[in-house]
Amino acid sequence: MLKVEKLVVRYGAVTAVRELSLEVGQGELVALLGPNGAGKSSTINALTGLVTPASGRIVLDGKDISHVRTEDRIRAGLTSTPEGRHIFSNLSVGENLRLGAATRRDPAGVRQDIERFLALFPVLSERYGQAAGTLSGGEQQMLAIARSLMSRPKLLLLDEPSLGLAPKIVVRIFDFIGELKAQGLTLLVVEQNARQALRFADRVYVVSAGTLRYDGPPARFADEHDLFNLYIGG
Amino acid sequence: MDYALQQLLNALAFGAEYSLVALGLAVVFSIMGLVNFAHGEIIGVSAYSVFLAAALGLTSPFVAVLLAVGIAALAAVVFERVAFRPVRYAPTTTGLLTAFGVSIVVQNLFMLLISPKPQSVSILNGLNQMWFFGPFAVSSLQVMELIVSGLTILALVLFLNRSTLGLAIRAASRDFATVRLMGIKANRVIATAFAISGALAGIAAVFILARRGSVSPDLGFGLVLKAFVACVIGGFGSLPGAAVGGMLLGFIEVGLLVALPQEYAGFRDALTYAIIVALLVYRPEGLLGQRIELGDKEI
Ligand SMILES: Nc1ncnc2c1ncn2[C@@H]1O[C@H](COP(=O)(O)OP(=O)(O)OP(=O)(O)O)[C@@H](O)[C@H]1O
Ligand SMILES: [Mg+2]
Repeated sequence: MLKVEKLVVRYGAVTAVRELSLEVGQGELVALLGPNGAGKSSTINALTGLVTPASGRIVLDGKDISHVRTEDRIRAGLTSTPEGRHIFSNLSVGENLRLGAATRRDPAGVRQDIERFLALFPVLSERYGQAAGTLSGGEQQMLAIARSLMSRPKLLLLDEPSLGLAPKIVVRIFDFIGELKAQGLTLLVVEQNARQALRFADRVYVVSAGTLRYDGPPARFADEHDLFNLYIGG
Repeated sequence: MDYALQQLLNALAFGAEYSLVALGLAVVFSIMGLVNFAHGEIIGVSAYSVFLAAALGLTSPFVAVLLAVGIAALAAVVFERVAFRPVRYAPTTTGLLTAFGVSIVVQNLFMLLISPKPQSVSILNGLNQMWFFGPFAVSSLQVMELIVSGLTILALVLFLNRSTLGLAIRAASRDFATVRLMGIKANRVIATAFAISGALAGIAAVFILARRGSVSPDLGFGLVLKAFVACVIGGFGSLPGAAVGGMLLGFIEVGLLVALPQEYAGFRDALTYAIIVALLVYRPEGLLGQRIELGDKEI
């Protein structure tokens, strides 16, 4: 479904991603792991087009989208829930969800999806009319994921969904990610919390200093303790 | 009683005009961080288009109003496309200088192509009459200014709260990149904001024309400075702040006009700004602005 070839991302003199190649197949959940500053977010942002790569190719469903604008990539069925959630804090919970569906032209379907997420996350229902900035971190993360799903993506990129959340909440969020996978969604999940990310992962990539260090099944990855400790830590 | 009522209406009408122009500045600033000092020239383009249409034989004031608002919205979108889009990602000072440049170029075009002297425009004079309510005489223009500004602000609020594009404009004022992640075209959001800003300027142009009966190259410039002050009072970038700041500025100006004895009238502007400075010392972020500490970052 997604094929990335020799992606290079630079910020001025800093090279954040060096010739990174990866693939995500239909229905797969692929984990992208690595320490701080490894270039994970840069990779995700290059995939959505929010940063422009220096070189490399991004192919979605056989189409080269390397030079397609962010807005049109979203319309093509790709979306990301960015690191740090980035909910619209000055908009209400409901308005956040509505904006998530901005590309859709089926009001009835949009309303149904909103109902579904409100039933799934009752907190969002209770706080529907309130400014989203007043939600707790965990609630904001759920809202951010639900907002991404409102566009009915084929491929969802999640950038550190566990960031700054209590362990219990992290488990809940990954339970939900597991359900999404079971429903057939294709996911690329960036994480520092390897244990959670590996619960549902079909395959694992590890990056460090912008370079790919491991590519394979999670079982093998978990065995190779050296790698695990070196790049992820305990 | 008659005098008090008249002055109250004065304050409300001036305030409404400042609010409209200030809202136009604020809606663009809130999403782009651009203080569009060329906003006054949008008012100018709108007023000159009415002047030209009248010179070419237009007689219907109703059509003139539509023309003024439509041309203003169009001019704002064209300014954005031609001048501001190329510097969209440049530092904010670049945008500010670009705006000043556009302002100067357009004012000079008015002088060269039409005339540096004020030109008479009488097509909208009919809006400015005296209405009599029993013992009271009021200016029809001021009453209309109040009602139209009120309705315009109401329409703007509805648009910003109900439509997807309106929600996107509000969201973009905090986090433009994430708005694009929703699949909403950045260019569309910005063009819409400029069109709104231009339409507000066009409504202001109608009122100015009806009151002054003439158009000159610097028509909008002074007003935009006032609107800028209104935005600062209300909290820059805040839309409710711009509306409230404009109203307050109208009240301060008319209040001083009434309160100051004739021989001190020359101090009016100085006192107006002294009051504003005092207000900003008390609330540096403006009345409705948010206090942002150095180092704060919204994640
Ligand atoms: N906008 C930017 N300008 C300059 N340098 C940047 C920018 N964004 C990221 N970098 C640099 O690029 C490198 C990779 O950053 P990136 O955010 O992609 O890492 P990451 O793997 O997501 O890290 P983390 O786990 O901390 O989120 C870092 O060295 C970072 O300092
Ligand atoms: Mg990151």
